[in-house]
Amino acid sequence: MPRRTLQDRYARFQKIGLQAATQLQAFVGAEQERPLWKQLSEEAGEAAQDMAALLLSGTWRTPDDEVDRRIEQLLQGQHLGEFGVDPFGYAPESLRVMVPVMDFMLRLWFRAECFDLQRVPAGRVLLIANHSGQLPFDGAVIASAMLLEHEPPRMPRTMVEKFATALPAFGNLVYRSGSVTGLPDNCRRLLENDECVLVFPEGARGISKPFRERYRMTAFGHGFMRLALETNTPIVPIAVVGAEEQTINMFDFKSLARILHTPSLAITPLMPLIGPLAMLPSPVKYRIYFGEPLKFEGDPNDDEAIIAPKVAEVKNAIQAMMDRGLRERRGYFV
Amino acid sequence: MARRKSLVVVTGVGGRLGQLLARRLHRQEDMEVAGIDRRAFPRKPADVEHFRIDIRRKAAEDLFRTRQVDVIFHLGLMHDPRQGSGEHHTWNIRGTQQILEFAHRYGVPKVVILSTGDVYGPAGDNPAFITEDAPLLGAQRFAALRDLIAVDMTAQSWFWKHPEIETVVLRPAHILGATHNAVSNYLRLPRPPVLMGFDPMMQVIHEEDVVAALLAAATPGIRGVFNVVGPDALPLRTLIEVTGKQPLELPHVVLPAVVNRLFQMRFSEFPAAELDYLRYAATLDGARAREILRFKHHYGVREAVAAALRRDIFDGAVEGPRKKARPRASVRVG
Repeated sequence: MPRRTLQDRYARFQKIGLQAATQLQAFVGAEQERPLWKQLSEEAGEAAQDMAALLLSGTWRTPDDEVDRRIEQLLQGQHLGEFGVDPFGYAPESLRVMVPVMDFMLRLWFRAECFDLQRVPAGRVLLIANHSGQLPFDGAVIASAMLLEHEPPRMPRTMVEKFATALPAFGNLVYRSGSVTGLPDNCRRLLENDECVLVFPEGARGISKPFRERYRMTAFGHGFMRLALETNTPIVPIAVVGAEEQTINMFDFKSLARILHTPSLAITPLMPLIGPLAMLPSPVKYRIYFGEPLKFEGDPNDDEAIIAPKVAEVKNAIQAMMDRGLRERRGYFV
Repeated sequence: MARRKSLVVVTGVGGRLGQLLARRLHRQEDMEVAGIDRRAFPRKPADVEHFRIDIRRKAAEDLFRTRQVDVIFHLGLMHDPRQGSGEHHTWNIRGTQQILEFAHRYGVPKVVILSTGDVYGPAGDNPAFITEDAPLLGAQRFAALRDLIAVDMTAQSWFWKHPEIETVVLRPAHILGATHNAVSNYLRLPRPPVLMGFDPMMQVIHEEDVVAALLAAATPGIRGVFNVVGPDALPLRTLIEVTGKQPLELPHVVLPAVVNRLFQMRFSEFPAAELDYLRYAATLDGARAREILRFKHHYGVREAVAAALRRDIFDGAVEGPRKKARPRASVRVG
């Protein structure tokens, strides 16, 4: 047997690498004619250039006087107690320290592009969005856009899974920034106070779905529609495009999730190398589409069969905007 | 020809709230006040009768048999989980049963029972406004509360068993004052411990406001369950800030085990289950009491905290009259 030469070994590695790349492409879905790796590297280059330009120009930061004005406007419309906190634990003043983080997410990391943001009307309104990306950055980015780009500024009160609000530090953060535990009673009271409430009717089902099911919305809960009917609230459908690719969930480690008492545990490609850090999102580009406000009428206590078509109407509106977003985008990172 | 004075019976008259209530009642022209308590009533007003008997004993019945009682305020409940649990249990449940039985047997038209807002219990999935219809889950993690919940339930069963008696159950938020209850003791600690990453909303109420609510509940025609809420809820750390103290930040992961051990060894006054109060909110909705009882608090958070920190006037069950308050051993936690 002749000894294998270095070239042989190199050729073999190349072959394995090529096979892996082909398999990855098959797994990710080969929609493009360009090889995926080539596309991604081009996009990454472009995204890096964009980020560098934003960083150098400093335009990603909201100017301080602008922040002051926005917080001031938030405070005006809010009934706060003696200590500047509402009964749900929301303290608008505490948003001031979060603005840099919001700027970073909204303008630099995800370079979010909002379409028809001004469609969100004044007064009570329900924002209904698709949920994706393993960690709820979509909620944070929508909230940031509403606070930093919408006129007048509004802080959406996000309905958060009770698992998340019970987490140390994170729970505190979400309460102070206006989120509440996702209970119908909380939502009803907020809407009666003419707040802007953000709901992800897919909940944990939607956010933790595996990568191969991206842009396929899971079943919507019906609770939001009943509350909208009860409180006579317009619904603004929102489609978030881009968040699905921020963290690649190869499979859901259900048994371990059960032990850790989490709703799901996504295993991502980089997890063997960098552990939990692999849950952090890659700098995908967010496209957020705001739909026309939808008004519904009817009995909030109707049968599921009567509520379901109304929910489907909202879901279809989101689906249509999502399809548009997927058609329009050039890539994952640009 | 003088009208018959109405006779008011106050159980637990030796406790702080019992004393305050008796003092308020005896100043009213048309009222006679009789207190029942095994404990002493230091500096008792001369015209307040005090029966130092156990309500579970036959002797207590004589009071009801020989005289026409118009209102019973049942404050004689043990809240302290450090009392022997068997005694605690029978005292609270049998005592309440007995009082209600007397009311039925001797035609007392009105019974006001001071339950506690703790019956709902702190939990991550509590709504921000817990109404009176909410399930009483307080004992799910804190078994020492079982008897207080049983008392509340017993009183509720009286609504339909004996509709001729106007039964009122009050569930106040955390009472602050010159008394020894968990939250007042907690705020008196040199450095009240808090759990890292948790800052739940807290509701406190001044002891005088609770007395005012008790008096409002005695109004003829009032029946049912009422949450009694004072000033706006505020975050735990803000509450500690009001006391002027520094919180002691402790990690929530190891703390329950440590605290439990300290409690068992009687080094600490707090069982670990009470740590849930430092972790999750249990904030009550006081709307019903505002509407029906026309109850409005008079004291703010700062006054309530000041009342709890002023220690010189009262020290629990002081034996004999005019004895100077003994400082109790300070609490050592962590």
